[in-house]
Amino acid sequence: MRAKYVLSEVMVGLWRNVTMTVAMIITLAVSLTLLGASLVMYKQIEAMKGYYFSKVEVSIFLKNDATEDQQHALSDALKSDPLVKQPVIFETKDQAYQKFKVQFKDAPDLVKATKPDSLPASFRVKLKDPKQFNLIHDAYKPKDGVDDVLDQQRLLAKVFGVLGAAQNMALAVAIIQGVAALLLVGNTIQVAAYSRRREVAVMKLVGASNWFIQSPFVLEAMFAGIIGAILASLGLVAAKYWLIDGTLKPLTTLLTPVSWGRILWMAPILIGIGAVVSGVTGWITLRFYIKK
Amino acid sequence: MIRLEHVTKTYPKASRPSLDEVSTSIEKGDFVFFIGPSGSGKSTIIKLLLHEIQPTKGKVVVNERDVTALRSWRISGFRRQIGCVFQDFRLLPNRTAYENVAFALEVIGKSQGVARRVVPEVLELVGLGGKEHRYPHELSGGEQQRVAVARAFVNRPLILLADEPTGNLDPDTSIEIMRLLDRINRTGTTVVMVTHDSNIVNQMRRRVIEIESGKIVRDQPRGVYG
Repeated sequence: MRAKYVLSEVMVGLWRNVTMTVAMIITLAVSLTLLGASLVMYKQIEAMKGYYFSKVEVSIFLKNDATEDQQHALSDALKSDPLVKQPVIFETKDQAYQKFKVQFKDAPDLVKATKPDSLPASFRVKLKDPKQFNLIHDAYKPKDGVDDVLDQQRLLAKVFGVLGAAQNMALAVAIIQGVAALLLVGNTIQVAAYSRRREVAVMKLVGASNWFIQSPFVLEAMFAGIIGAILASLGLVAAKYWLIDGTLKPLTTLLTPVSWGRILWMAPILIGIGAVVSGVTGWITLRFYIKK
Repeated sequence: MIRLEHVTKTYPKASRPSLDEVSTSIEKGDFVFFIGPSGSGKSTIIKLLLHEIQPTKGKVVVNERDVTALRSWRISGFRRQIGCVFQDFRLLPNRTAYENVAFALEVIGKSQGVARRVVPEVLELVGLGGKEHRYPHELSGGEQQRVAVARAFVNRPLILLADEPTGNLDPDTSIEIMRLLDRINRTGTTVVMVTHDSNIVNQMRRRVIEIESGKIVRDQPRGVYG
């Protein structure tokens, strides 16, 4: 009986105020979609960092006129350097050119315009601690025959900076939308409580417990939160299907692929967040509104 | 049953207290009128007994329990021991007489089976047999107040509080409602009634506590309005 009573009150409450209910669900859905996207991006960036930083190299490019002696001296120095992870790889001009041809096979004009001789030979080393790049840079840059010391990590840092900024933006918009959504939840609950004020007054008078008086309203808010979260999860699935596996497909070699598991995992998380946050908001609103 | 110990209530921004050091006690099964002019503080006593407001100073003891020290989650349980009737009936307009009374049972967790057994009984008791399925707007004022009394009494409370229950009724109907309250009192329920209806007080000849400017000025066992 009580469950039936509470559920019918929830449905009547949502229906009575249907425009507000829809507005509440839409804002909740948008907010949760962005929150979910932001969480997926965060996980993705962490995974990409692990993937790339394990492969990141420091390249020591030789001058075109570097002699064999200079090259040997460098090789010995690197092999005995405690900061450097062995083995040290030497890439000749020819190897560099072959690699270049493969990497830019889609741009035959560029390959044609590049002479085999114009790419520098280089040492490729990995650091035991990638953060100590500066020490390597300062140690090898002034040596004879060295043209430049380049750290790929610096390039990656820029890429991750852009990705991180996008993630922060999504998070910021999610929070702003979230605040708007919660204000709407609070307002809807207030309207619902106002339209049932006679019932609430009688319930208080005859000694209905607080949770019994409040539960239909709180459930109303939770219901909206759950619907919003389900819509948000569908939004993420759609984004995975059409955006990540569709439009952005060519980039997946650069951006490590986003797995379906990661997307589907967001659904229970978002539903949990949606239900709890809007339920708590409804409950707090009621404490201000009904209790007095 | 009910004890007020040096109770003072000053509303915020009020220049003088509504109740000023009021002490009295009401025994189980008593029938007590609180009388006095408007603004004398009579209704404040009802609100204190219901724990709708807290006294500024002093203690309110109901059924051996200090109401002022009641934890918020115990208030609902406390109110189930108290029935309440008001001048404006406070019925739900979209529910029938039966549903109004059943609602009071429903929201404190009684089953529909209990309601089906108890509600017709109590409606019969207040003299509304046969009108169970009328809506409030289809009932006269006196009948609406009977529904309210039925709702207050359906849980068999220890105490029935009545805040000017006859204030909106004509003299004949008022007397009928008083007979009803008297019958309820005879079942052992303590009745506390706030009124300024002199006719009724004079006819009933029950204990009268007169309040003026927040102080008790008279307490008579079989009193008149004076």
